[in-house]
Amino acid sequence: MIMTMVQAINRALAQEMERDDRIIVLGEDVGRDGGVFRTTEGLLERFGPERVMDTPLAESGIIGASIGMTALGLRPVPEIQFMGFIYPAFNQIVSHVARLRNRTRGRFTVPLTIRAPYGAGVKALEHHSESTEALFCQIPGLTVVVPSTPYDAKGLLAASLRGDDPVIFLEPAKLYRAEKQDVPEEPFEVPLRKAAIVRQGKDLTIIAWGAMVPVARKAAEAAEAEGIGAEIVDLRTLSPMDRETFVASVKKTGRALVVHEAPKTCGLGAEIAATIGESALLSLNAPVLRVTGQDITVPLPKSEDLYYPGPERVLRAIHRLMEY
Amino acid sequence: MIELFDPLKGERLHVLDETGGIVPGLDPGLADAELRAIYERMARTRAADAKALKLQRQGRLGTYPPSRGHEACQVGLASAMAGEDWLFPYFRDLGMYITLGYPLADYYHLWMGNETGLKTPEGLNFFPIAIPVASQIPQAVGAGLAAKYRKLPIAVVTTFGDGATSEGDFHEGLNFAGVYRTPNVFFCLNNQFAISVPRARQTAAATIAQKAVAYGFPGVQVDGNDVLAVHAAAREALANARSGRGPTLIEAFTYRMGDHTTSDDAARYRSKEEVQEWERRDPLLRFRLHLAKKGLWDEVYEKAVQDAAVEFVEKAVAEAEARPAAAPEDLFAYTYAAMPPELEVQLADLKAFLAEGRR
Repeated sequence: MIMTMVQAINRALAQEMERDDRIIVLGEDVGRDGGVFRTTEGLLERFGPERVMDTPLAESGIIGASIGMTALGLRPVPEIQFMGFIYPAFNQIVSHVARLRNRTRGRFTVPLTIRAPYGAGVKALEHHSESTEALFCQIPGLTVVVPSTPYDAKGLLAASLRGDDPVIFLEPAKLYRAEKQDVPEEPFEVPLRKAAIVRQGKDLTIIAWGAMVPVARKAAEAAEAEGIGAEIVDLRTLSPMDRETFVASVKKTGRALVVHEAPKTCGLGAEIAATIGESALLSLNAPVLRVTGQDITVPLPKSEDLYYPGPERVLRAIHRLMEY
Repeated sequence: MIELFDPLKGERLHVLDETGGIVPGLDPGLADAELRAIYERMARTRAADAKALKLQRQGRLGTYPPSRGHEACQVGLASAMAGEDWLFPYFRDLGMYITLGYPLADYYHLWMGNETGLKTPEGLNFFPIAIPVASQIPQAVGAGLAAKYRKLPIAVVTTFGDGATSEGDFHEGLNFAGVYRTPNVFFCLNNQFAISVPRARQTAAATIAQKAVAYGFPGVQVDGNDVLAVHAAAREALANARSGRGPTLIEAFTYRMGDHTTSDDAARYRSKEEVQEWERRDPLLRFRLHLAKKGLWDEVYEKAVQDAAVEFVEKAVAEAEARPAAAPEDLFAYTYAAMPPELEVQLADLKAFLAEGRR
């Protein structure tokens, strides 16, 4: 069935809630309004106010309450309205969500999935374009997932909801309605912790996720016209990261390029580059390059495109890689 | 009964006066056996706490937050709880652990520096301690929401100090509880200090209990050194929670007789005279006087209680110290449900390092 990422997320939520009455959706505007992006549309009508809860405006309270729900066996899916508003809940996430399984030696686990619109490129208001995934990837115990297609969104969300680990599920706002894809109607899972090779190529490996995957594709198509074959690895799960897939790809191509929206320093590109250095150094014909946002605050809409990596900047980096 | 003591009018519930007599009309009507059981729990708490301080000074226990002076709060509240109720504690709840049957050996094992002390035994409804202040409060409310959803006739209790009431999570948690009418009991042990910062610096409100008004549910201030007052208020709040009448905030007005933790020196910020003043209001002393008035306490009984407490404590220490430290695998195995490859690599590396005899 043809669907956008919004519809895919909505479908996955409805199907999982149907099969598992432990799943509770909660957050600001998720019920009556169906979510500011309509990802939870129709769920209140179908499952009722006990399972689809419009909460007070209180992110720490939302995540804290979700943790408490898991103590009594529920599997909450709290929504944070934009990644830019997740920071009040950072304490609950880092101090508790991430470490409860460990500190109680498995007596308490936290099977919740935090969903948040993520990333820039939609000319949004200040604070609505965050991509601070690296902060969460640095915390042991968290799983961080970013889909780049409707199919992956449906399958990764189902896998997140069914799994026993806490997941931060970041939904690229730029991709919510950008693409329509034929996605199976029936429930299915896309495995967590597995990257996907979404384009084959022999000359270089591009590692990307979220809205940077379509950006990488456009650059790869332009490079193809020049006779350069770019392989693209969509990481999908940022943490725990599937290193095996991109290391194998880089061993094949000998060149690596990471593309991410987030600022360069201490972004995930650094972790990926270090991994490639440790595991595939002798295969490299060039340093690992990174095309990223600069180390600046995401600009407001008028200047956003100076920051946000586009196909031109990626193509420039591809040329640099090939010149080594 | 709670509604008869309006915090906005400065009214505070107390049942026992300082001679151990009962304020007319407020006798909670506990059976003699229950009264003695409460006293014995308080005595065990005092003994277990004193032992912990000794162990810390000997280097056998790490930094430790003492509970001396809080026995009426802890035992009075816990004695009103049922096994099905849940507790989301903070970090100074020893008397609740002892009353509700959490093994003291586990408690000591935790403060000796072992995560397994946080592994609540099956069948006990204890969330682990919360060090980030007030962070347990929204969690307790979430558990209350889950209890409502599952139609469980239980109460979810959370404890915290006066300092916690300044944190955002206190506000967010109580606010949620009022909006959803959750089956929570919010129990504030106002012991007058958050480390060195006095209660007056935490809020300009005359009482903590009155903050409940702002959240739309009842609040009551009780004499936190009066175990029967604590018990009476707790009993009613728990009944309200279990029967769907919603949450309650109880502020127990007490005093932290010891330092904040063994790393603190309270003499730096409060006077000997103030502490001595509160010694006169010792919760065990007052309750002992009450039991004596009822013919339930004498020197023979006291000796039996103390001997039993010592045995209880020593047994727990021996058990805690006999437990092995964590194996390297334990540090890694519980980070996720299934260990990811990178963690397996890191564990193998650590084991190889250890196998060389290095550390």
